[in-house]
Amino acid sequence: MIKIKKLHKSYPMGNDSLHVLKGLDLHIKEGEFVSIMGSSGSGKSTLLNIVGLLDTHDEGEYYLNGQLIENLNEKKAAVLRNKFLGFVFQSFNLITYKTALENVALPLYYKGVSRKERQEIAMEYLNKVELGDWANHLPSELSGGQKQRVAIARALVTQPKVILADEPTGALDSSTSHAVMELLKEINREGMTVFVITHEEEIAKETDRIVRLKDGVIISDEKTNKSVKA
Amino acid sequence: MFDINRWQEIFQTLRKNKLRTALSGFTIAFAILLFTLLFGIGNGLKNTFKKEFAKDSMLSIYIWTGRTTKPYKGLQSGRQIQFKNDDYKFLVDKFEDKMQMVSPRIERNVLAIYKGEQNNYNLRAVYPQYLTLENAVIETGRFLNMLDLQKRSKVIVVGRLVEKDLFGQLSALGKEINIGGISFKVIGTFSDPGGDNDERFIYAPFTTIQRLYGNTDELNSFGLTYNPKLSVDEAIVFGNQINRAFKEKHSVDPRDQGAIRVANYAEGNKNVSVMMFVLNMIILFIGIGTLIAGVIGISNIMVYIVKERTKELGIRKALGATPKSIIGMIMLESIFVTTLAGYIGLLIGTTILKLLGSSLEKYFIINPSVETYVVVGATIVLIIAGTIAGYLPAKRAARIKPIEALNDE
Repeated sequence: MIKIKKLHKSYPMGNDSLHVLKGLDLHIKEGEFVSIMGSSGSGKSTLLNIVGLLDTHDEGEYYLNGQLIENLNEKKAAVLRNKFLGFVFQSFNLITYKTALENVALPLYYKGVSRKERQEIAMEYLNKVELGDWANHLPSELSGGQKQRVAIARALVTQPKVILADEPTGALDSSTSHAVMELLKEINREGMTVFVITHEEEIAKETDRIVRLKDGVIISDEKTNKSVKA
Repeated sequence: MFDINRWQEIFQTLRKNKLRTALSGFTIAFAILLFTLLFGIGNGLKNTFKKEFAKDSMLSIYIWTGRTTKPYKGLQSGRQIQFKNDDYKFLVDKFEDKMQMVSPRIERNVLAIYKGEQNNYNLRAVYPQYLTLENAVIETGRFLNMLDLQKRSKVIVVGRLVEKDLFGQLSALGKEINIGGISFKVIGTFSDPGGDNDERFIYAPFTTIQRLYGNTDELNSFGLTYNPKLSVDEAIVFGNQINRAFKEKHSVDPRDQGAIRVANYAEGNKNVSVMMFVLNMIILFIGIGTLIAGVIGISNIMVYIVKERTKELGIRKALGATPKSIIGMIMLESIFVTTLAGYIGLLIGTTILKLLGSSLEKYFIINPSVETYVVVGATIVLIIAGTIAGYLPAKRAARIKPIEALNDE
């Protein structure tokens, strides 16, 4: 599903440049539940941005769903994001003036789905994250856990190939964190590839595979023992 | 552009961000309102100016005579020059192509009597075409015609105030008025924007009066309007030509200022047109100033709006919005708000101008109003400005990496 070969990325810092990713090789198959572990500055967010087509890489190859990603203009990237990727952010990134239902329906708008259909599909996914009763509430009226569940519903609504979650529990307490992780696990059990970025050992342990990143290189890549899936 | 989905999204955004929408709308509406009011008041001043200086036809030239002040060709000074009917022919023959109309005139101060009422009025014996010279408007009946002159009919046309003086609330039309012992029938009444004085005239057929008073071919003066095709400068030259021609005809020293007198409105027109130009420039300056203020206002707000929405735009991009759809959304929102607000400002402005109407006349503002195309033009300028002002930051926002926008807390 995601195949990365010798990926390099550096950011210009004044006259210097900061070499963040130093030749990463990573292969994530369809249906995997992977976490990227690393302290801040390890390059994990950069990796997620590149995988999420929110940023471009300098060197190396990146295949998403078998498609080589290169020379991507903004429009193509937008279409691919909409089609293949669902995002879950640490800070939820819900649009404040839209209700839960409208937030979930927004990716469908950019997919060109009609209003009525959008509402129906969005409602279906809200029910899936057990927030059907909160459909007409604004994000400010929801708890952190609820917001993140809305964001997960929003990520799922276009039926993407991969869910990219950037510290999905970073802003939540431990019990809510656990509930969110359970939800992601359930989604994964339904066959979705889930890609989580975290710096919390607890969270990483709940995934099937942990990739540890340090100073722009992968230092370990192992399956967790509790894994029951192949 | 007319994708219903897109408009639904835009309406929702506007509805849910009422303060923002109201703020940018208010700026535009206020700018257009101010523009309309200032422009309207400027036009009101212009109208006053026009009215004050345009009592009689702007193209008029009047010619009359006096005594010579200098001896010339063996003739003594102090000689009274008298126009006669052949001077009328002379004028028409010599200058026909430069004149729109010309009428000889005999003026008498007369006592007019109707039943118990009587009063002194200025009687003017003229040709039918004289009406255009005075800017008078026939209220009832008709003005003199050529048949009246041919038949030397004893008919008169009286001013609105003559009718009021002598007849009170009754109509003068068809009544007989005694003037100097002779009975004249009123065939029409007129009003005149020139004021009270001009509405106390009595007009009678030139031939009738010439026959009744003295039975000579003498007349007092000429009134004419020059060809509108003449420029102001050409008209001034024309007035001087008339002056010279009559002096030559009546053997008057060319330097004699008393014997032949020409009052040429073109000379006044020249000053009036300069003043009008200055007034127009002031109005234009006010208008452009207001517009610039509006343009700056809406530009600021658009820049602020886009900045405020950076994060939202980043989210939209992460969810699959293309740069084009981001730019399109911001632009359509901006155009929609400015158009609507501009229209509201225009409506309020014109309504206020209408309500003001004549209430500002004592401040020299008459009928303040604005031509529709001017305000519509101004609104379009603001729409374009708002669009450009929205476009530049929108383009930047659309180009910004979603990740940067998302980190923008």
